[in-house]
Amino acid sequence: MIHNLGIKETLKKNSMLLVLLATMVLFQVLITSGGRGSLFAPANISNLISQNAYVVILASGMLLCILTGGNIDLSVGSVVALVGALAGTLVVNLHWNIYLSILICLITGLAIGAWQGFWIAYIRIPPFIVTLAGMLLWRGVALLILNGLTISPFPEAYTRYFTSFVPKVDDPSTIFAITFTVGIIVSIIFGVWSFFDRYTKTKKGYQTEALVFTIIRVALLSAAVLVVFGLLGMHKGIPVVLILLAVIVLGYSYFTSRTVPGRHLYAMGGNEKAAKLSGIDTNKVLFFAYANMGFLSAVAALVGVARFNSAAPTAGTNYEMDAIGSCFIGGASAYGGTGTVGGAIIGAIFMGVLNNGMSILGIDANWQRAVKGIVVLAAVVFDVLSKKRVKSS
Amino acid sequence: MDTLLLEMRNITKTFPGVKALSNVSLDVRQGEIHAIVGENGAGKSTLMNILSGVYPSGTFDGEIMVHGQQCHFHSIKESEEKGIVIIHQELALVPYLTIAENMFLGNEQGHVFRIDWDKTYSRADELLALVGLEESSKTSIKDIGVGKQQLVEIAKAMAKNVKVLILDEPTASLNDTEAKKLLDLLLQFKSRGMTSILISHKLNEVSYVADRITVIRDGEVITTMDKQEERFEENKIIKAMVGRNISDRFPKRKALIGGISLEVENWTVYHPLYEGRKVCEDINVKVHRGEVVGISGLMGAGRTEFAMSLFGKSYGRNITGTMRINGKPVELNTVRAAIDNKLAYVTEDRKGNGLILSKTIMENTTLANLKGVSTHQVIDPDLELQVSKEVVEKLHTKCSSVREEVNNLSGGNQQKVLLGKWIFAQPEILLLDEPTRGIDVGAKYEIYCIINQLAEEGKSVLVISSEMPEILGICDRIYVLSEGKIVGEMTQKEASQEAIMTCIVQNQKGAGQS
Repeated sequence: MIHNLGIKETLKKNSMLLVLLATMVLFQVLITSGGRGSLFAPANISNLISQNAYVVILASGMLLCILTGGNIDLSVGSVVALVGALAGTLVVNLHWNIYLSILICLITGLAIGAWQGFWIAYIRIPPFIVTLAGMLLWRGVALLILNGLTISPFPEAYTRYFTSFVPKVDDPSTIFAITFTVGIIVSIIFGVWSFFDRYTKTKKGYQTEALVFTIIRVALLSAAVLVVFGLLGMHKGIPVVLILLAVIVLGYSYFTSRTVPGRHLYAMGGNEKAAKLSGIDTNKVLFFAYANMGFLSAVAALVGVARFNSAAPTAGTNYEMDAIGSCFIGGASAYGGTGTVGGAIIGAIFMGVLNNGMSILGIDANWQRAVKGIVVLAAVVFDVLSKKRVKSS
Repeated sequence: MDTLLLEMRNITKTFPGVKALSNVSLDVRQGEIHAIVGENGAGKSTLMNILSGVYPSGTFDGEIMVHGQQCHFHSIKESEEKGIVIIHQELALVPYLTIAENMFLGNEQGHVFRIDWDKTYSRADELLALVGLEESSKTSIKDIGVGKQQLVEIAKAMAKNVKVLILDEPTASLNDTEAKKLLDLLLQFKSRGMTSILISHKLNEVSYVADRITVIRDGEVITTMDKQEERFEENKIIKAMVGRNISDRFPKRKALIGGISLEVENWTVYHPLYEGRKVCEDINVKVHRGEVVGISGLMGAGRTEFAMSLFGKSYGRNITGTMRINGKPVELNTVRAAIDNKLAYVTEDRKGNGLILSKTIMENTTLANLKGVSTHQVIDPDLELQVSKEVVEKLHTKCSSVREEVNNLSGGNQQKVLLGKWIFAQPEILLLDEPTRGIDVGAKYEIYCIINQLAEEGKSVLVISSEMPEILGICDRIYVLSEGKIVGEMTQKEASQEAIMTCIVQNQKGAGQS
């Protein structure tokens, strides 16, 4: 067997992950030395997850749009506000059945996405313009529905699907035991899967990475999972929203990397003409990406109203920027065709840690924005420059 | 009349791997129209790019003298200061600006911070009158036809105090009347003492206006003919243009020709943008199983457009005509339908339309047939790896692994990846558009071997190529396409470069004869 995937390539492939870890360590040092607690405090980890759930959800969808050719969706924040307003009206004001309300909200999101996707894909209006119009339009509709007011509070029967924790017991030691066990199970599943995959590859004579790498990766990831679950166990258990996130992330990851429609996204972003001449219906691909973005915006809206326990007219402001930023930090190309869901998630966590860390350190909110701006630029510059170097060599 | 205005001495230009020009010398006399003719890729455009400073001094060997003075041009700007202005085949006009704005682009009238629009428009109108274009200088470029745009380009050159006007295939996209008008304009300029260099492969036009003709072939000057010494004879020019031997550059194949697989009748295609302009007209083509059929013709004859219109109507509008595959009439409205009917189109522009350069060989190989590596829309990565390895081995593509990015491959290997992609799509009929463009002789040979192999497997291959020796070397039968029409059909035995060229020239009812 040839072990072509060396250390250098592995590091390069995971460079953003290393940057994320380094940032976490940096914040941890700054926070503890400043006597402001810890970034890794159990409550903070739990908080970090629920705080950033919306970015993870939106970044997964935004990545698909960006893959099709660097196209972005500016309307997601407004769609979040609109669907949130709808959820508030249905659940709080009209007391409709919760499942039915959720279904209506998701369909509304999908319909909005399809509306935008139609103009973008079939009439070929630039996405920037269509979604800019959507940004104004949907925000306006949200304000109309809410009449400028905030709807709250949401019934517990609704919020428990998004903000509660499992297991639902009060005894801290039981919570820890169960949560940690789940962590162990997840680690074991991952480990078994990794080695099984490696085994089948070797059996069929395919190229594999060196065994050490597999072991190191499994060990590191298991350790990370165990630490996170351990910390969660010390707080209140596993946030329900984490399960939702896991489903979305794994689902979209699989979709982009292993399915035919997923491959079409990359092909279109890589070279649309070549994709067309290979029999790919690029209009359909583009339509799908935007329809899906509408759907995920609705999911983010449902999570958002539960977390804030209110549907506000200003909800979702700047969400699109967080999602776009996460994708680019995570290595998606601004020209389309490259990028992974995993990368976008790392980008989302990075943004989350940046926000959270700076808040704990008590850095002025205005400064926080400025820093985030620099970071997004730096990430894309890094991406462009590293690609240039490859070409010239 | 006989003073030398311009001299190029011993020009040699090498591109990585290719010698484009070798020891070319050219002299242009004051006040003459000097034509440069040659096949596609002979080096005409390269020579003109050197003269106009597109390839800066230092990137080639040899010297350029203007009025006996040696010049080193580092940019187009410098050559224009000496009065050498080139008008490229692809017009360089901005469609949404007016004629006058285009004319003085980069040469704006007035000051940097205050353009003198009155002067701009009045100067523009004067120049338009000079070239005989009856349009207001305030008209947008997009609103006038190609013929008029060509005149705007000339007027633009006149605005720059031109001494030598170089026209690269100026009539390629013009109709007969427009072309005639343009050529007459050149003669008119000549009578006022202007010097022009005309690049063309339309021999009738060349003989009509030129005082001297220089023939270039494979980067070398073959001959220069003078009107005063001899009459221009087309046969002689053609001979000089193509006269080379076809040696063992083409692998042998035993043709086993079966029944008709593809039959196209009365195929007419309209230009996607220009209303009423036919790109292909009444084309009838038949291809048999196991046969390699060539389509020969000059650039702009409509070859690519024809092939793409067959391939799921990827080009053109209002396509009419019938198409039969294995005797069954088919209507292929999408690329998908074409692929499903076992058609494949291998594009001439592998980087632009063929490959996804930033993706791996593997991903490119399976792109047109993802069904072949997936079940229920889920791709089997192991199977994908395996089949792409098989394709790479079959075509002898040189690469470190199928996970290598296509970007990093040489032109020849990229072409193999492109061919492999379509071979993996399991077609029965392959439309190969310039399958060996821009690759070296060794790689060409390998591509020919692949084509032979495909034909021996009983597939039908339609090859489009600008290189006549290639067409003659690998095809069983040849169609000659000129200006969107089939103007000749010959078997391999009947065909020769002269026969094809004559076929094209006779059917171009160009300006010279009218």
